[in-house]
Amino acid sequence: MSKLIFERSVKNRRGITLPEFDCPEVILDHEYARSSSPRLAQVAEVDVVRHYMELSRYAFGVDNGFYPLGSCTMKYNPKLNETTAALEGFNSIHPTQDPSTVKGAMSLLSNLSTSLCEITGMDGFTLQPSAGAHGEFTGLLLIHAYHSDRKDLKRTKVIVPDSAHGTNPASANMAGYTIINVPSNELGGVDVEALKGVLSDEVAALMLTNPNTLGLFDPNIEEIAALVHKAGGLLYYDGANLNAIMGEVRPGDMGFDVVHLNLHKTFSTPHGGGGPGSGPVGVKKHLMPYLPKGTIIDEHFVENEKTIGRVRSYYGNFLVNVRAYTYILSLGSNGLKEASEMAVLNANYMMSQLKEAFTVAYPGPCMHEFVLSLQDLKDKTGISAKDICKGLLDYKVHPPTMYFPLIVHEALMIEPTETESKETMDEFIKILLELKDKAYSDPDYLKNAPYTTPIKRVDDVLAARHPILKAEM
Amino acid sequence: MKRLYANTHEWVIVEEGKDFVVGISDYAQIALGDIVFVNSPSLGDKVTQGESFGDVESVKAVSDLISPVSGKVVAVNDALLNAPELLNSDPLNTWIMKVSGSVNEAELLDEATYLALDKDH
Repeated sequence: MSKLIFERSVKNRRGITLPEFDCPEVILDHEYARSSSPRLAQVAEVDVVRHYMELSRYAFGVDNGFYPLGSCTMKYNPKLNETTAALEGFNSIHPTQDPSTVKGAMSLLSNLSTSLCEITGMDGFTLQPSAGAHGEFTGLLLIHAYHSDRKDLKRTKVIVPDSAHGTNPASANMAGYTIINVPSNELGGVDVEALKGVLSDEVAALMLTNPNTLGLFDPNIEEIAALVHKAGGLLYYDGANLNAIMGEVRPGDMGFDVVHLNLHKTFSTPHGGGGPGSGPVGVKKHLMPYLPKGTIIDEHFVENEKTIGRVRSYYGNFLVNVRAYTYILSLGSNGLKEASEMAVLNANYMMSQLKEAFTVAYPGPCMHEFVLSLQDLKDKTGISAKDICKGLLDYKVHPPTMYFPLIVHEALMIEPTETESKETMDEFIKILLELKDKAYSDPDYLKNAPYTTPIKRVDDVLAARHPILKAEM
Repeated sequence: MKRLYANTHEWVIVEEGKDFVVGISDYAQIALGDIVFVNSPSLGDKVTQGESFGDVESVKAVSDLISPVSGKVVAVNDALLNAPELLNSDPLNTWIMKVSGSVNEAELLDEATYLALDKDH
């Protein structure tokens, strides 16, 4: 494994040589001056470049290979997005410039909001939130502001299904709500009878992903929406799975009051560590008065007396929004619809090729992703979903999401996305079938995989129980 | 003394005149996998039957612990802070909390019924 940059440090080695200091010296008040120099690595420029190049070779992204990480929509990021984000008019401006000097940027943000409204069926958007969970938190603050403004103060509970993304209950908890779990029915949707049992005048909202984390579209959505609204609650749409439905059906039309989107999933901006992300929040008319400060509508900042305030500095991750808008314009409305259709087709193709060899958790056509259960394989061979995932690493494939959703045992959640070719998917299917054979013929081999990665099998139990979070220097 | 189970896989020992003793079932620890952290309640906390009293974190996931009884927490098993793996190695003899209060036994299962249910999982 590579050394730390600090281990490459040699006293007094420098990357740059500064000219002699010829300015008047100012002595800082001791309150502001540090008493000792910061411990920075002392290295030459070439050391820095080689160090980070080496680390980058250990990383694996969608530009390296297939990345079917369910619920994450790791779609390829078209390089055209980078071209527009690098345009001087976008990347050389400052958020405190007079708005009259950055009309192009204002117009882009305004047009992006309008496009997102059209795609989701909402009335207004804020582009400030930095990522999905931040969007959820913002959406819940909007819901809280709405109920408080109506003096409807008893509503302290938020309902989430047991198949929800973990961020849903976490965001609701952060926003001060108590969580109520509703179970799934045998088809993987919300158990409507159970929902009726927990609805009351204390419920602020129901948070839902549709299609849900099992990759299934909940056919009862209109009934669910009607029930929640009748009880005085609001409907929150977790947009993590929007990639399945663009141009087909809109959360706003399903009855949702608030949605967040993940531009870094559905709208092809960089994802995860390569981010930053963007988690815009869209609302129906009755929630627009509460949108964060700095929200732009029709190319102007909105002055909302009842705003929840800012949820981050300035206007969100602006250049991420430029990338997303580029994607929307380059695909157009028909292209976005086709992207969703291809995403769903690809997932169904893979599911059909794998359903004989593995157990599909909830059979029937899926949306843009599907969940396999490897419980049977584990019972027969002792090889778990995790062992199969470790085995995939040796084939230079990123493993699917594992052990999620929690209601499926030994889950593998596969989302190919629309950008993958039949050849790529066939190759992955072949590898999974080979690994399954290996589980029967040589389980010990898989239990110790991977063999070709910079770090071999990690002892995750030891790492979680006794983590070493600090390098000793 | 008798041991009753919740269908959410916690057990409680019910003994006349004594505090309730609460832990998780063998099935629960198998399903969770290697447990790496137990988020126990604090002394004096109020718990409600059917509601969360803490959570357990395994390498796979974090799961809520649902209280099989209602009342006040009178003891917490501190050993779990440094040795959460006790819940894996000996789940039926490793308690998480003791509670003084009440229980609605109609909502719980006896050992035989629970273990029969376990086989269906």
